[in-house]
Amino acid sequence: MPGMFIDVRVEDEVASDEKLARKLVEVCPVNIFAVDGSRLRIVEENLDECVLCDLCVQAAPPGTVTIVKLYES
Amino acid sequence: MSILVDEKTTFLVQGITGREAVNLTRECLDYGSKIVGGVTPGRAGRDVYGVPVYDCVRDVVKHHGPVQGSVIAVPPGFTRDAAFEAIENGIRLIVVVTENIPRQEVAQMVELATLRGARIIGPNCLGLITPGECKMGGIGGPAANTRQAYTRGPVAIMSRSGGMTTEIASTLTAAGLGQSTAVSIGGDAIIGTTYAELMPLFEADPETKAIAIYSEPGGRMEAELAEWVVAHESRLPIVAFMAGRFMDEMKGMRFGHAGTIVEGKEDTTAAKIERMEKAGISVAERIEEIPKLIQKRLAEKR
Amino acid sequence: MRFYEYESKALFRRHGMPLGKSGLARSADDARRIAGEIGGPVVLKSQVLSGGRMKAGAVRFADHPGEAAAHYDAIVPIVVNGQKCRAVLVEERSGVAQEYFAAITWDGRRKCPVLVFSDMGGIDVEEVAEKHPEHVSKTHFSSLLPVTPRIAKQAISATGVSGDALNRLTPIVFELMRIFLAYDLTLAEINPLARLSDGRFLVLDGHIDLEAEARGKHRKLLDELGIQPAETRQAREATPFEIAGAEVNAKDHRGVAGNVVEFDGNLGLVIGAGGGSLTLFDAVRKHGGRPANYCEIGGNPSVNKAKELTKLILSKPGVEKIAVMMNVVSNTRVDIVARGVIKGCIEAGKKPADVIAVFRIPGAWEGEGFKILRKYGVDYCDRSVSMYEAAGRAVAKMKA
Repeated sequence: MPGMFIDVRVEDEVASDEKLARKLVEVCPVNIFAVDGSRLRIVEENLDECVLCDLCVQAAPPGTVTIVKLYES
Repeated sequence: MSILVDEKTTFLVQGITGREAVNLTRECLDYGSKIVGGVTPGRAGRDVYGVPVYDCVRDVVKHHGPVQGSVIAVPPGFTRDAAFEAIENGIRLIVVVTENIPRQEVAQMVELATLRGARIIGPNCLGLITPGECKMGGIGGPAANTRQAYTRGPVAIMSRSGGMTTEIASTLTAAGLGQSTAVSIGGDAIIGTTYAELMPLFEADPETKAIAIYSEPGGRMEAELAEWVVAHESRLPIVAFMAGRFMDEMKGMRFGHAGTIVEGKEDTTAAKIERMEKAGISVAERIEEIPKLIQKRLAEKR
Repeated sequence: MRFYEYESKALFRRHGMPLGKSGLARSADDARRIAGEIGGPVVLKSQVLSGGRMKAGAVRFADHPGEAAAHYDAIVPIVVNGQKCRAVLVEERSGVAQEYFAAITWDGRRKCPVLVFSDMGGIDVEEVAEKHPEHVSKTHFSSLLPVTPRIAKQAISATGVSGDALNRLTPIVFELMRIFLAYDLTLAEINPLARLSDGRFLVLDGHIDLEAEARGKHRKLLDELGIQPAETRQAREATPFEIAGAEVNAKDHRGVAGNVVEFDGNLGLVIGAGGGSLTLFDAVRKHGGRPANYCEIGGNPSVNKAKELTKLILSKPGVEKIAVMMNVVSNTRVDIVARGVIKGCIEAGKKPADVIAVFRIPGAWEGEGFKILRKYGVDYCDRSVSMYEAAGRAVAKMKA
C-alpha cells in the first residue's frame, strides 16, 4: 500500500549501493527504509509517517533521494 | 524586566540526547537561549547541536562556571534523582518537563529544593519564556512558532496547561497585548511553584501590569491564589479562564492532567470561580474575552 | 487507583496490622463456610469501589451461617453509586467500645503528606472537624526525612488520647504512615480503628488509593493482590468503547491519542491536548452540541495513532461528524494530525470533506497541514478563529 500523502523516490544508483542504503535506514527516524539483501527497500506502510526532516535527502548524493508531497500535486 | 529568566540566563539540559530533549534544545538555541551544556550519563564527549554533553551536572558546572538553570527531560523513573543532582550542584531554577512522576517523588524534590533555596517549575510542564530574551523548555514549540505566538509586553501568564499557555499568548498577541514572562506551571497535583508562589515575583516586576491565568478543576491552587491576592492587596489585575466546567457533574472521574479530578466541593469549577471572583479576579467564559477584560481592568486602574 | 476493602486489608495484614478473622466469599456457599469457620456473629460487606455501602443495604449482620448465605445473595445484586459488587467480605463481628479515625493523604498546598487523626471515628471526619475541632488533629510531615513514631504519637495525643490507648494506637498509625510512603499511596485510611470491649484494637475498615502514576513501580504488589493491569478503577467502569480507546493509545508509544471517555451524543471529538480538551468540551456543550466522546491527543502522536483514534470514533454508533480541534500546538504537528485524521476517515469509508465538521489546529507545521486539508476539501481554520468559535461552527453544522 503506497503512501497517501508522501512518496519517496530513490535513484537506482543509491538503492543498489548497500552502504548508502544502510545509511538511509540509519538516519530515518520513522523507518521508511529497509535493506533486503544488499538492496534498499521502501517500507510502504511507513511512508505517511515521514516528518519531512530531510535527513535522507542530506545523507545521499544531491538529487538522488526526493520526497514527494502527494498533496501538493 | 521580567521574572526568573532573561537574556543572561544560562541553563543546561538533563537527558539532552533523548528525543524530546533534542527537540527542545534546538528550539531554545534557535530562539537565542543560552544552553551551556547537557547531561546524559555515559555520553560525555558528544554534542547536541553544538552543546557539549557530559556525564554529570558537576562537569557542566566545572567547565562552564555557575549555571543558573536546568531543564530536566529524563524518563519518570530517573527524574527525582536528576533534580537532586541539579539542586546539589547549585542549580537554582529547575524546569521539570517529565510527566507521570508519582507525587511523593515530586514532594521530595520540592522539599530538597526548598531546603537549598532552589525553585522547581513543573513537573509535567513546558517551561517558561520571557519573549525576545529566553525560552527555557518546549514552550511555544519551534522558534518561528514561538515568535508568532509570544511578543513582549505587560501581561504575565501562569497556566496549568502547557498548550493553553501558548493559546492565551497567541490571543493576547493578536489583541496587541504582549507578555512579560509566561510560565507553564505544570498539570500535576503537586507542583514546584504554584500561582500564589509566583505572585510575589510578578508583584515586584515593574514590567508586569496584569496577569492572565488558565485554571482547571481539582486541587486548592486557585483558593491559595485568591487568598494571596486579598492578603497582599495585589496591585495586579488578574483575569482567569476556567476550563473543565463539565467535570463538576462527573465527580471522581479523571480528565486532562493528573491534577484534575473533582473530589470534594472545593475542587469544582463553580466553587473555584466563586472564590476567585470574591478576591477580585475576573473570570472569562472564553479565551478570546481575556484581552478585553485585561484592557478593561487596566483602564479602571488609571 | 482505589483498592477494594479486601485488598486494602491484605496489604495491612502483610504489615502486621491487627485485623479480625475474615474471608472473601464469591458464592453463598463460601459465605456459609466462612461464617461457620469464624464461629459467631459476622458482618457481610459488599466489596465495591464506593462509599455509602451501609445506606445502600450492602452491609448486613448475620448470627449464624445460614443467615450469612442468605445475606450474600441479597448483597451481590446491589449497585452502589454505579459500582458493582465484586465479592462479599465475611468478617467476625466484635463489640466496639470506641472508634478512632486515621488517614494520611497529600496536602497539595503544603506539598507534603498530612496525617489526620480523630478519636471520634466511624462517622464523617469533615463533620467532626466542623463540630468538634478539638477531636481532630492534622499533622504534616516530611516525605524526605525519615518518618518516626513520634509523629503518630503527637497526632494522637493532640486529640486528648493518653494512657494505654495512646501506646496501643501509636504503632498502628505509624505503620499506616509507612505503608502510605512505601507504596506511593494518595490515601491510606482506617475508619474505624476500634477499641473492642475486650480491650483489643482492630482495624475494622480500610481504604487505600494507589497513585495511577506509580502502578508500574508497584506492579509486583498489584500482581500479588490480583489487580489486573487493565483495570481502570475510575469512578465508573470503563465501557468497551473506552477500552478500545485505551488500546489505540497503548499500541503505539509515539505521543498520546487516547483518554477516551464515552458520551451519548452525535458529534465525535478528536481534541487535545490536556487543557485544550477540557476547554473544547466545555465549548461544544455551551453551543448546545452533543459530544459522542471526550479524548486527548498530544505529545506529537504518529499518523497511524491519529488515524486509529479517528476510525474508532467514527465507528461509534450515532456519530455523524467529527470535530478536530486543539489549542495552538507546540510539539504536536498540524500536518501529522491532518494526515492521520484524513486517512482515518477514508479507511472508515467516509469522505473527509463530509465527515469532518471543522478542523481547528493552528501552530507547528500549520502551513503543511493546511495544504493537506485544502487538497481534501476539509473546512479548516487558523488561530484567528477561537477555540470557542470553532466549536460553534462544528455544532452549527450538526444542526444544519
